[in-house]
Amino acid sequence: MNSLNPYGAWTLFLRETRRFLKVHMQTVVAPALTALLYVLIFRYAMGSRTVPGLGVDYLTFLIPGLVMMAMLQNAFANTSSSIIVGKVMNVHIYLLMAPLSAMEIILALVASAVVRAFIVAAAILAALWAFVDIPLSSISLVMLYGLCGSMLMAGLGIIAGIWAEKFDDIALISNFVIMPLTFLSGVFYSVAQLPPFWQQVNRYNPFFYLIDGFRHGFVGVGDTDPYASIDLVAGATGLCMLACWLLWRMGWRMKP
Amino acid sequence: MNEAALQVLGLRKVYANGKTALAGVDLQVAQGAFHALLGPNGAGKSTLINILADTVRPTSGLAKMLGRDVFRERSWCKRHLGVVPQEVAFDPFFSPVEILRITSGLFGCRPDESWIRELLERLGLAEHAYKNTRQLSGGMRRRLLVAQALVHRPALVVLDEPTAGVDVELRRSLWSFMRELNRSGTTILLTTHYLEEAEQLCDHVTIIDGGQVVADRSMRELMEVVAGRYLFLGYGDAFELSEADARALSAFRPRVMSGGVCLHLGGQGGEDLGFHRVYEAAVSRLGIPRKVEIRQEDLEDVFIRLTGHARKEKSTS
Ligand SMILES: Nc1ncnc2c1ncn2[C@@H]1O[C@H](COP(=O)(O)OP(=O)(O)O)[C@@H](O)[C@H]1O
Ligand SMILES: [Mg+2]
Repeated sequence: MNSLNPYGAWTLFLRETRRFLKVHMQTVVAPALTALLYVLIFRYAMGSRTVPGLGVDYLTFLIPGLVMMAMLQNAFANTSSSIIVGKVMNVHIYLLMAPLSAMEIILALVASAVVRAFIVAAAILAALWAFVDIPLSSISLVMLYGLCGSMLMAGLGIIAGIWAEKFDDIALISNFVIMPLTFLSGVFYSVAQLPPFWQQVNRYNPFFYLIDGFRHGFVGVGDTDPYASIDLVAGATGLCMLACWLLWRMGWRMKP
Repeated sequence: MNEAALQVLGLRKVYANGKTALAGVDLQVAQGAFHALLGPNGAGKSTLINILADTVRPTSGLAKMLGRDVFRERSWCKRHLGVVPQEVAFDPFFSPVEILRITSGLFGCRPDESWIRELLERLGLAEHAYKNTRQLSGGMRRRLLVAQALVHRPALVVLDEPTAGVDVELRRSLWSFMRELNRSGTTILLTTHYLEEAEQLCDHVTIIDGGQVVADRSMRELMEVVAGRYLFLGYGDAFELSEADARALSAFRPRVMSGGVCLHLGGQGGEDLGFHRVYEAAVSRLGIPRKVEIRQEDLEDVFIRLTGHARKEKSTS
């Protein structure tokens, strides 16, 4: 039997968390500032228009989407950069050498990424509080979608990190997969405003459900039924975790 | 009977590019041993060590640590194993003392501050404990690597070229530290470029070449049985051995050394070729030498004879 090593997993969690806190200007403050700029720009650009179909003030609609987008991107960045930095600098071997199971490693990496996502979310909301009223319809929806979304992205970050061989590979995935998918999943507009074809396409975009469900938790309305999409979102998250665990156990692209 | 600290059976490794790094290696390291694993560059030493460390996947074969299957009971075995990898690299985010605390934690041990302080002091890193690792010299970084492997107090320590790039004085202090650690019961498996040091420190030697074991004996046995005597004939600096001469003297395994040639006189246990027979054969081909010496092979000579590779330039003194 392989013995459990909860203290080791806890140490790894703390190591990952301290790593992003050490560069908090870049990992926490910068995302909050970016969100603040978006809100300021859109306030001037859009005035106090409401979103057609939902009857919500545009800024109130926009903010939860921005928060979720930042959570997703930061969760992805945390795990993917940790693994790729490790591989490029050849320090990933210390993780491989430690008596930690694949499960413990994945859990610790994901937990730290989730913590980063929530810290970033809190920072953005704190920065915006002063400018806009932010309603809160269901804290449990917010937490559930926030958790699922950041876990899913942390998992995708792990897979990307395992697959990548250099920093450029991660930048490639970030810029050409993650960014477009999050931008196009209804952060800036209601999907109901889209032509029917693109509405249909969005049905297959997992980020769409994540952002819509998360926003639902704040504003109380949305394009989908967030309680019905929970299964889908939780299922996708579970599958992603499973994939991470299997890949790590195999040592794919980590161990020659 | 005592369980071996490490037992490797038929270990093979074929890398993805088709390169066979280990072609069925057997190795046994007794508990409490100071065991040298030697071999020319590319012999497969690091591959063997990395497979034990779980950073390289084995192709086939078996490894046991203290009777436990290394590949099946990874966690247990890893907790009792400390590895100093050949390549030096550190997480740029953390200072030496943080690295030691984190490593200790990853191995499931609450950081033992007094042991960490002792390691830093014994390895001459105490003043650098809070620096960025990028500010450390090559030698210091290598010693930090050693400290990192010892922080969870493993029963078996495997060191892959721990003294590469470390200057003589620090090398000595590192060796005395390792010797002390060994005396207090830690089993040590070591690869090194410094064969004289291996000869002094280690009680057992395994030499591998091309992924196969070519010698595996206690150091005493190796030096008494395998190490033979050879005849050194000095002909001056301009000496060169022609191909015809090399062929004619091939029974004595001629080897050119600066200013002359070495001819094997046979092992102490094996067939003794006899001084006169060798000498006369040499003189009939090469003429009367200016200098004649009978020498005892040291580990370096044995190594070269068994692997056909010079480990480093050796000067005749
Ligand atoms: N990741 C790898 N992929 C392919 N071949 C490798 C890899 N690592 C090592 N090798 C090859 O395996 C052989 C053994 O290497 P290594 O174990 O590093 O030898 P040593 O440590 O004894 O110098 C060498 O021929 C080396 O080129
Ligand atoms: Mg090597």
